Amino acid sequence: MAKAHVYKRDHINTDEIIPARYLNTDDRAELASHCMEDLDADFIKKAKPGDIIVAGFDFGCGSSREHAVWSIQGAKISAVIAQSFARIFYRNCINCGFYPIELADAVNLINDGDELEIDYANGVINNKTQNKKIEFKPLPDFAIEIINDGGLLEHISKKQKV
Amino acid sequence: MSMTITEKILAKAAGEKTVSPGQLINANIDVIMCHDVTTPPAVSMLEARGIDKVFDREKIVVTPDHFQPAKDIKSAELHKRLDDWAVRHKIKHYYKIGRAGVCHALLPEQGHIRPGEVIIGGDSHTCTYGAFAAFSTGVGSTDLAAAIATGQMWFRIPESIKFVLNGSLSKGVYSKDVILAVIARIGVDGALYKAMEFTGATLKEMSMEARMTITNMAIEAGAKSGIIGFDETTKKYLDEHLKEKIDYTIYESAPDAKYAAVEEFDCSKLEPMVALPHLPSGGVAISDCAGKQMNQCYIGSCTNGRIEDLRIAAKILKGKSVAIRTLIIPATPEIWKQAKDEGLFDIFYEAGCVIAAPTCGACLGGFMGILAAGEKCVSTTNRNFVGRMGSPKSEVYLASPATAAASAITGKLTDCRKYL
Ligand code: SF4
Repeated sequence: MAKAHVYKRDHINTDEIIPARYLNTDDRAELASHCMEDLDADFIKKAKPGDIIVAGFDFGCGSSREHAVWSIQGAKISAVIAQSFARIFYRNCINCGFYPIELADAVNLINDGDELEIDYANGVINNKTQNKKIEFKPLPDFAIEIINDGGLLEHISKKQKV
Repeated sequence: MSMTITEKILAKAAGEKTVSPGQLINANIDVIMCHDVTTPPAVSMLEARGIDKVFDREKIVVTPDHFQPAKDIKSAELHKRLDDWAVRHKIKHYYKIGRAGVCHALLPEQGHIRPGEVIIGGDSHTCTYGAFAAFSTGVGSTDLAAAIATGQMWFRIPESIKFVLNGSLSKGVYSKDVILAVIARIGVDGALYKAMEFTGATLKEMSMEARMTITNMAIEAGAKSGIIGFDETTKKYLDEHLKEKIDYTIYESAPDAKYAAVEEFDCSKLEPMVALPHLPSGGVAISDCAGKQMNQCYIGSCTNGRIEDLRIAAKILKGKSVAIRTLIIPATPEIWKQAKDEGLFDIFYEAGCVIAAPTCGACLGGFMGILAAGEKCVSTTNRNFVGRMGSPKSEVYLASPATAAASAITGKLTDCRKYL
């Protein structure tokens, strides 16, 4: 059961996702325990493994800290669906093997608490609560290749071996 | 062949004759900037995969800055990991504490930035170096790790937006005010994924220090990079700062290069600006926000912690006392020494300021000036996000060093022109 946690906000920045006061570590479990802390201090208590974050435009703006992606991955969030992503965050997601889903109007199509199922291969989000199928534009092939390999470094190692 | 300066530089780095926006390339990297927050994780990733190598020990520049000197045990561990790695790989340009400084002030000052080159750094404000007619962008730890090992990185060629800055700045208005006005107009995602190319007469009158303040904040409009063309001012700075490799290639945009948009600004009409919380796009003229009570003034960072900035602040603070706690943080040891030699520290001391060693410090809420709940800080830094400098209930007001210094005297947001 993947539940949506919807934040009807644009420009949710990396300082909110993982505040700089925790950047003195790169331990993912520890980062996970502070995931989204300055936006919603209860997030980490509410979020169950597999849950999904839904947000407005420009998600992940600000610093280049990959710690933001690690904290989300560490919290076992299965996806982030945003109306758009900030550039470095978007790239970091792909490099970490985490699929950033861009969906126009996401915060209006999905309500807080909706149950979602994502079909990456076909670019479809099944909103089970609303009984609605929503299409999204899949990532370009090269990005999917990196994600499928488990991230950029795995992708490079694999290519070098080939 | 009608490419922008950004396209030309990236084409060269990818070994292509021409490139166009949207195209994916694999570019050779000329310089990699490494600091204490994002590099240790990158190194661990490489070690964990048994690819613990550096592509070229002379093309990597290392400086701890975010939490230096170490603010606690965990950051000390980060510094130790950074140090072990830099020493083990004999990184040639490793600035240890004592010579370490805020990365984006340090690299140009120490002569590591050359026109026409491709520079990446594990820090979003790496876009600063575009002031030198170079392509420069910030990356996360995985990209950093891959680049450290291979010397290459994949890029999508960005579209460019041209910003034409016209007119002379009036008294009390600085490059910080210009970039705050630009971001206030286009928004924090106004240049998302794009290259911001700045041109125009206003820039011609600016020093390299002032120009770096502009490109530094390109990321605050969502941009991939910011860039300013080469001119006599660039040349003079490089003549004074480049040490080893003094040759470089100058690229410029073709007259018929294509832009996603062209934005014109009449900078002669600008007033001093303040970006209200909690976005860098919250810029308003000082006349619309003067009088707001502050608790702290912070003068430093990669945006405005250079000697020119400290001189402006000193000019305003001379013979005055500050009404709120005021931190002065020269961005590099060289700036620190210069400020001391010029007698600026005496002025700051007499005024009642704290003078710290070079560090990112409280700019990112690390240490050295953290805000309590409910506190407000007028700051020369580049971000005023929720919790950026401390408590999520504190507020940051971005401004030029002149506005920050004038506000320190009264304790309220103040028009610096009264003191000039
Ligand atoms: S001074 Fe601030 S913005 Fe600049 S590199 Fe340091 S933390 Fe980042």
